[in-house]
Order: sequence, then structure tokens, then C-alpha cells
Amino acid sequence: MTKKIKNLNLNFGPQHPAAHGVLRLILELDGEVVEKADPHIGLLHRGTEKLIENKTYMQAVPYFDRLDYVAPMNQEHAFALAVEKILNVDVPIRAQYIRVIFCEIGRILSHILNVTTQALDVGALTPSLWGFEERETLMTFYERASGSRLHANYFRAGGVHQDLPKGLEEDIAKFCETFPKIINDLESLLTDNRIFKQRNVDIGVVTKEDALDYSFSGVMIRGSGVPWDLRKSQPYDCYKSLDFKIPVGKNGDCYDRYLCRIEEMKESVSIIKQCLSKMEKGPIKSLDGKISPPPKAQIKQSMEALIHHFKLFTEGYRVPKDEIYTAVEAPKGEFGVYLISDGSSKPYKCKIRAPGFSHLQSMDYLIKGHMLADVPAVLGSLDIVFGEVDR
Amino acid sequence: MKNLEDLEKKINSELTTKINNTKIKHNQIYIDIDKDDLIDVTLFLKTNQDTKFSQLIDITAVDYPENNQRFEVVYLFLSHEFNQRLILKYCIAENEVIPSLSSIFPSANWMEREVFDMYGVSFKDHPDLRRILTDYGFEGHPLRKDFPLTGHSEVRYSEDQKKVISEPVKLEQNYRNFDYESPWEGTQYIKEEIENNDKKN
Repeated sequence: MTKKIKNLNLNFGPQHPAAHGVLRLILELDGEVVEKADPHIGLLHRGTEKLIENKTYMQAVPYFDRLDYVAPMNQEHAFALAVEKILNVDVPIRAQYIRVIFCEIGRILSHILNVTTQALDVGALTPSLWGFEERETLMTFYERASGSRLHANYFRAGGVHQDLPKGLEEDIAKFCETFPKIINDLESLLTDNRIFKQRNVDIGVVTKEDALDYSFSGVMIRGSGVPWDLRKSQPYDCYKSLDFKIPVGKNGDCYDRYLCRIEEMKESVSIIKQCLSKMEKGPIKSLDGKISPPPKAQIKQSMEALIHHFKLFTEGYRVPKDEIYTAVEAPKGEFGVYLISDGSSKPYKCKIRAPGFSHLQSMDYLIKGHMLADVPAVLGSLDIVFGEVDR
Repeated sequence: MKNLEDLEKKINSELTTKINNTKIKHNQIYIDIDKDDLIDVTLFLKTNQDTKFSQLIDITAVDYPENNQRFEVVYLFLSHEFNQRLILKYCIAENEVIPSLSSIFPSANWMEREVFDMYGVSFKDHPDLRRILTDYGFEGHPLRKDFPLTGHSEVRYSEDQKKVISEPVKLEQNYRNFDYESPWEGTQYIKEEIENNDKKN
């Protein structure tokens, strides 16, 4: 008598601590080996792109915080750059430094979360406890600059919303001195850890060609040995004048991607330090009254300032008819905005290109032939945040 | 090709009839083609030694409901080798079926599913054309301009039926779209009201 053997279908998520949000993954298992993975996404879909089409350019900024909510300002940056390029406005140098500082803080925020939760997924609890303390410090920097810990709404076309409060620069500098020690502590827990290596080395290997074909970017492509970083190859704001290195992996597995993230955090600290030392006093947003709101004091004195203020906060500024694709190197990869303006004060279309979307898409390719227990390890190293995948 | 002007010339001379229009703006090259040439043009861009657009960044569509050819389909490419970006576009009518790129770029799979979900554009030879971002059993295509911002239905847990139900959207207050464009000339609805009153009188 022959027995019929059927593959087992397993529903992973959407409520699963290792799914990193609301991922529903349908796995087809042959014993413990994954044959097929079909991610179901969209459980956090909020229609961001549709909403942005119905808001003025200034009102659209907060939606970007809610995409990749572990590194909010990096997303705002892409949108601000897109609008600036169409409007053709110059950003004052101090604003550029402030933006780069906060983008790098965002990168550290995101990488700490990813590295420590990935460790958590494969069984190490302590790194997350140590890492989250640092994230808290960084989020207070966000709060002091913008008023909120997460949803900053800080970047504007033409600069940033307001200048840094007194003492913040010094505190960030202090943090840059103490943080490298924390990275070393994390590394001492993980880098040579036998269990961590057993769970990550040679897991989820991506070749160079496949990384290109699957539209990978950021750490996912650098881990496979492609030295590609938009901060270097297509520099925006003041990245051109800064000196930093691009860590590149060799084997393209989960472990190499972890190493890249650790190195990137060290580079970020160095970038922040350079910005702090180069930064001088000066304006923090474009002085063009048609784009940036006037200072409060002026509104009480100047008729023109009052009109500008009123027009900016009712109608908003108009953006000439144009289309543009702008991308920044967000912590997770290439985050892009494809913006079509029609001459009114609202975008006609704003397509958001999220790195996590194409990374998650390759789940089937990455996990085929691996064991069920490797699913969280691979998922962790993809660095998925559902805010941006689902939009 | 190191610079965009050379690239533009190269593409125009190699693909001649397949290219309708090219332009360079914002350090990117924009190319208009016909729907039927998509596969040929993409293969050329991906494999040619002088172009090497080896990465498909995104696929999207733009809705212009007033046009005969309602949707403009947009493909964004990136060449690592030459550090260039290229934007490929063509227009299609509402019920046209377009070729799928998923055999050339595996990453096109989800991107095309998203375009299908959001705009209702169908792709020929796509391995798995399902909705992706919207809910199971969702109707309509949300990013079309004629789809209302508030949507058609809302989902809630019904205490009576002890299950999640979907019902038509009920709003305490409708979504208000204020017309700020030029307040001192009288907003649109006031103008209309005045005109209506004039007609009545």
C-alpha cells in the first residue's frame, strides 16, 4: 500500500513576534524544509499615496514619518529633496548639516533596532535591552529638535522647521563619544557568538546578480559585495563634503548583513561628528518667503510676512508642473519619491518607492530550501518595517 | 555611456523607431515608447554594454481620467555601472492589457501586482496577478482619481453578529475640500451660489 504524503501549509503571522509587524506568511513545508513562501502584505495599508494627493506639500510631510517609523526623518528627506529640486530652491548650509545629522541618527536608530531584534529572533535577549536604551537617548534628540520622539515632521522643502535648541549640539557630541563603546559591547555579545553565527552564517545567501535582479538596495545589496551607496554615488545635501566609508560584505548571507550594519553605525557616528564640527550659525531654512513661513516676530511687524504666513498655511506653496524621481539612502535601502506636480499646491501623484517592498518580495527566493527555524533569521536580516512595505 | 547626452544619442540611434521621444531633465533621462515595444526596449537597456540598466527600481501608473489614453505607465530604471537613472513611459487606455516584465526582472512581480491593485491595469503573462496591498475581497482601484478618498466601505466588529463586518462608509461629516486657490475672488462654491441666485432671479 502506498501512502500519500502531502506538504504542510503553515500560516506564519500576522500575529507573530518574529514577523516584525503584520506580515502573514503562508509557508509550504516538506517536513521542516520550506518549499515555498507566499508573503501576504497590506495589513497595514493606509493609502498614504492617495492621502498625499489630497494634501498640500507641507501637509504631506507627516505621512512620511509614518512609513518607516523607526527612521522617520530619512523618509522626509526624500520628499523634501524632490520638492526642492522642482522648486529649484537652495538649502542653507546649516540646514543641510542638521538634516544629515538627523538622517544619520535615524540610521543608527534603525540599525540598532534591526541588529538587536534579529539577535532576539535567534535567541539572544540582552542586546535588545542594551540597544533600546541608546535608542531612547536618540529619540530624545529627535524630541528636542522637533517636539516629538517619533513622528518628527521636521524637514521642510528648503531646510528644516526650526533651529536646534540650545545645548543639543553638545549633547549629540557627547553621545558620539559614548556610543562607540556600546557598539563594541553589542559586538562582544554577538559577532563571535557561536549560536548567533550558527543561526546566521550561510543563511539567506544572495548572489550579486540576484541582488540586482530583485531590486535590492542598501545593506541587502552591499552585503552581497556591491559597493553601492547613494550617499556616495549620487550625493545629496552635504554628503559630498563628508568623509566616510561604505562597508561591503563578501558572502551575502545574514551574518555579513549584520556586520555591515554594525560598521555602518560606526560610520554614522563619524559623519555626525564631522557635521557637528563643520556646522556654523546661520539660517536653517530657505529665505524665500513664498516657500518658508516667516518668523513669528515678523508677522506682527510686516504686512508682507503676514500675507505670506496666511497664504502658506491655507493654500500652501504652488509647485510648477514637473515630474521627478528622487532617492535617498535610507537605513533600509533606496527610498525614493516619484513626484508629479501639476502647478497647484497639491501633488498630482506621489509614488513612494520603499526598499522593504522589494526585499520582502524575494522572501520566496531566499527561504526556499531552508529550515523553518531560519525564517525568522532571514526575515530579521531583511530589515522589514511594515509601515513602508504597506504604505 | 558616461554622460546622459551620449546615452540619449545611443538609445535614439539603436532603437530608432521604437522611441517616440526622449528628453533629459533633472539629471535623468525620460523616454516615451509604445506599449508593444516594452519588452524589446527593456531587454536592450538591461543587456547592452553601453546602457546596463540592470536594476528595475519601480513600476507605477499615473491616472489622467480626462485623457482618451487614461493611464500612463512608468518604469524607473537604474544603472549601477554608469550611475544613471532612466524613466520609461507609455500611455494606455482603460481596458488595455500590457506586457509583464516579470520574466526579465523577477522584482517586477510585486510591482505589477501593485499597479494592478491600485489602478486596475492588467498584465499579460504575469505569473500571479492578485491584489497585494488592499484587503481580501476588496473592490475598486483606490489610486484612480475617481475613487473617493474616504473609500466605499468600512470594516468593524459587530457586537450583535459576533464577527467582523463590512458596511458602506458612514461619515459624521463629509470630507471637505477647501478651495484656497484665490480666496479674495470668491471661492468656487460661493461663485456657484451667486450664479444660481442670479439665475433664479
